[in-house]
Amino acid sequence: MIKIQKQAWAEGLVKLRSDYELFGPVADKDAHEFKLLEQDQLPVLDIPNTRLSAKKTVFPQSQVMFSFSLAASNEDQSSVKVEGLDVKPRAVVGIRPCDAASFLLVKRNFDNPEYPDPYWISAYGQTTLIGFACDQPQQTCFCTSVGSSPYGEDGLDLLVAEDEDHYLAKSLTEKGDRLIEAAGWETGAEDAIFDERKDAAEAKISKKVATDRIKSCSAQDLFGASFWEEVAFPCLNCGTCTFVCPTCWCFDIQDEVKGTAGKRMRNWDSCMFPLFTLEGSGHNPRPSKEQRVRQRFMHKLKYYPDKYESDVQCVGCGRCIQLCPVNIDIRNVCDRMTQHLCITI
Amino acid sequence: MENPYLPYFVRIEEIITETEDNNLKTFKFVFLDPEDEEKFAYSAGQFAELSIMGKGEIPIGIASSPTEKGFIKFTVNKTGLVTSHLHNMQVGDVMGIRGPLGNSYPWDVLEGKNIVIIGGGFAFTTLRSSIVYMLENRDKFGEINVIYGARSPGLLLYQDELKKWEAEGDIKMHITVDGTDDPDWKYNIGFVPAVAEEKAPPADENTYAIVCGPPIMIRFTQPVLDKLGYRHDNIINSLEKRMKCGIGICGRCNIGEKYVCKDGPVFSLEDLNQLPFE
Repeated sequence: MIKIQKQAWAEGLVKLRSDYELFGPVADKDAHEFKLLEQDQLPVLDIPNTRLSAKKTVFPQSQVMFSFSLAASNEDQSSVKVEGLDVKPRAVVGIRPCDAASFLLVKRNFDNPEYPDPYWISAYGQTTLIGFACDQPQQTCFCTSVGSSPYGEDGLDLLVAEDEDHYLAKSLTEKGDRLIEAAGWETGAEDAIFDERKDAAEAKISKKVATDRIKSCSAQDLFGASFWEEVAFPCLNCGTCTFVCPTCWCFDIQDEVKGTAGKRMRNWDSCMFPLFTLEGSGHNPRPSKEQRVRQRFMHKLKYYPDKYESDVQCVGCGRCIQLCPVNIDIRNVCDRMTQHLCITI
Repeated sequence: MENPYLPYFVRIEEIITETEDNNLKTFKFVFLDPEDEEKFAYSAGQFAELSIMGKGEIPIGIASSPTEKGFIKFTVNKTGLVTSHLHNMQVGDVMGIRGPLGNSYPWDVLEGKNIVIIGGGFAFTTLRSSIVYMLENRDKFGEINVIYGARSPGLLLYQDELKKWEAEGDIKMHITVDGTDDPDWKYNIGFVPAVAEEKAPPADENTYAIVCGPPIMIRFTQPVLDKLGYRHDNIINSLEKRMKCGIGICGRCNIGEKYVCKDGPVFSLEDLNQLPFE
């Protein structure tokens, strides 16, 4: 545990710039978003959370995978130039524990044993996550129900909390140690007061959601449950939930050509959109919104835990609840799935 | 770390128009770098992403057999952006292929067994791969029946090979069309499920059915196989979905927790019975 005076914090962030690109929450119109910090720009830490998650720091909304030339004179039609793998060391300052935990869930998809994804893995490997603890969780937060905490350490390299006129920080990994050294923050013994504050912060999260009973109910059974129509009824299929979700990773691959210069890129996609599964023949396995809404919740709460023998694919950040225009609440859906009377167990 | 999004480069060596409506063409590709051909070691039933720079990619079943060396073949139906562009490409043009992807038919299980292939329309591509593979390894399999149908004689794929297989007699061929006004048509007339009911061998533990075709054919063939007594473990299906990455990452082709691109495209009916019906 180290104590960092606010003056030293700012100076340390300046020093870090020689070794790291810094990302952090900054004001963007009527909200705050994670962005590459400009020279002398400090991350804004006294906000509840950013509107979009921090996933784009490792998995950009739009990312060029390689570029190519279509020029007829180009003798080398059979080569491409790979992009996006040469990532400089970077630090995300002010990420919340929920967003940090999301990287570990998403990692199972991208850093898989058969086809490791080089783009995600190189960006993630170069990233140091400086977490900022939540002393004032929001009404939509439910991280404590899904294995995390306002003072959660999973996925973080460094956990920082504000304490009056200074910050308290705890290094959690070697990456965290290296960053503290690069920032020049003095390490010194300080009694751990995190535990106390953790209990106080967790106590402020009133809504609890149980997910364990979903595990013991078969996917077929939950899939055929009668409540999906009601859950999906108000849904507009706007895709906001998947867009703001730190654990949604689905993407599309598209080519873009300007003149003879082309690039193949991947872009965030969403299971809320009918085009997501529309086949060339015209057949669509998920033509109705009910099927698509069911897919989103089943993937997060049933398929993912089954596939990886893990907890749910959700970190309880509450963004989808806060930003859904028709008030669909994943906590309520979770309750309905939990209360579903399973025929097959 | 290998970059699974990068294609191998190939040259189009031959283009064959397969059907009278000109909508299906077979493309024979040769790898520009012979080492890539070795890396592209595949089994019958797998697919690949045909990759055209500036247009995109399309997942297509591999129509050549792993026993055919020096080239790979794909039969492509002209449908969308990439396939339309491909249909206009010429011999000698260079493009990309990413794969092989997905699992294959379960050859370790199928070895030593009687096989009945039931196929319809242009889904016959990986079935051609399988037939050629089995003919090259004929002593490893028991009786082989092939039931293959199309809407009309002119829409059957690989017509020369079908005739050759019929004439050689190593496999029992049951060709059928939904209808024809050709007075010289000497094969079956009728939908695939009806012909299957008549021609498919009786079920036993050592007989496996490989079913690949349009959804309507699969739906009506199922009760026939049930009636004949085929166990669901012994019925092998190959599925299709819209795909992008082809390696189980981009998230769109799932049925329950399985991704058709990586965990499939081949599933036994018994496996499918365990998944949500999507």
